[in-house]
Amino acid sequence: MTCERLSKGNSILHRADPRIKIFFSILLSIEIVYLNDFLSLFLALLFSIFLIVITRIETGIILKRILIINFFVFFLWLTIPFSYNGSHIFSIGPLKINYEGVIFCLKVTLKCNAIVLFNMALLSTSSIFYLAHALDHLYCPSILVQLFFFSWRYLHVIEEEYTRLKRAATLRGFKPKANLLTYKTYANILGSLFVRSYDRGQRVYNAMVLRGFNGTFWLLKHFSLSRLDIFLSFFMLLLIFTLLAINGRFFFN
Amino acid sequence: MHISEGVLAVPVLLAGAGVTVIGLGIGLKKIDAKKVPEVSLLSATFFVASLIHVPIGPSNAHLVLNGLLGVLLGWGAFPAIFIGLFLQAILFQFGGLTTLGINTANMAIPAVVFGILAKRFISLKHPIFSSVILGILSAVALFFAGLLVALSLWFSGKSFLLASKLILLAHIPIAVVEGIITAGIIRFLLKVKPEIFGLMDKDIKGFME
Repeated sequence: MTCERLSKGNSILHRADPRIKIFFSILLSIEIVYLNDFLSLFLALLFSIFLIVITRIETGIILKRILIINFFVFFLWLTIPFSYNGSHIFSIGPLKINYEGVIFCLKVTLKCNAIVLFNMALLSTSSIFYLAHALDHLYCPSILVQLFFFSWRYLHVIEEEYTRLKRAATLRGFKPKANLLTYKTYANILGSLFVRSYDRGQRVYNAMVLRGFNGTFWLLKHFSLSRLDIFLSFFMLLLIFTLLAINGRFFFN
Repeated sequence: MHISEGVLAVPVLLAGAGVTVIGLGIGLKKIDAKKVPEVSLLSATFFVASLIHVPIGPSNAHLVLNGLLGVLLGWGAFPAIFIGLFLQAILFQFGGLTTLGINTANMAIPAVVFGILAKRFISLKHPIFSSVILGILSAVALFFAGLLVALSLWFSGKSFLLASKLILLAHIPIAVVEGIITAGIIRFLLKVKPEIFGLMDKDIKGFME
């Protein structure tokens, strides 16, 4: 899996403190879900594109991910405009399309893409190890952080193990088809995968205890807020308040 | 199925987040600090399993195995699913932060309910009977997860009715295949490593008699 490669870079966002990034990506996600005005949603999307451009992630990767995300949105476009209870109806041939349904889908599309781009710019630019460390600072329960860190640590090991089992099956002529034999084979592959990971878990624990593990993770590197982080926080706060103000302008009038 | 960001209504998101926080609280309490490596490795295995695409008819779908997760981890299914979804949100941007609560709840509630129920039927003396019952229960667990996804869409707006129905319909064949595969896995584990079912129990011998 090449999933962590976005965290390798040297942009402003790559260098920023993960604590700040996690905090603001949660705040921004919640805010964008709450926004209901086209102008503010457009601005949110614009700024998310701005941030993702700053990270200098390859355009190909970004487009590929955006495409996958919009699969669900596309599914909504196929259903909502026809099933929405609205008053403005126009028809194309036999299909009745609701104006309100289209508006709704448009908003969902804007929200979804803006949040995804913000999260990609803020979260995917840190390595999982630093995110786990930052979560620990943000009062996330210690056992959850440990589970998170260990799951990530052994994900690749288990994936490799799965690839090996699958390769062994393929070498013996296994071709996945929609039949009972395929399901049985997958069940056996997964069964041995579970057994292996269970055994490995015990071995890992024993090895840790032998090295004096008592539940505490000692870290050599610590976070410190730089001028860049303070600048980023100000920028994010400004963005959050601007979006709220634009969204609420109808209330003030 | 993951619900994307920005789709659901705020009350639904809040309800999901509330349930997940409670479930996480109970789940984390049940996980002994000594069990952390084992539970994490199983969580990671479930994550890998969810990347496997299995052919169903002319199409294919990825495995969820939330029923099996409930059987092996009990309440620990909440943290395991939460972590899996969080990793997906960070690594591939599937799902997201605001939907993390509701997506976790949708999959973990059936996992815990049917997992704890199914565990009563595990017996070393009748491996075929156990695996068939557990297969059926895990198929129900997956279908139930689909039902919760459909309901959370429907509660967000009546206009999601068509989408909800389609999602529910799509879960039927997936549930059947999941049931068959889970039954196979249970049979395998009963043969090869029965103590794995005692991971979350304080006293492993208790259930094997």
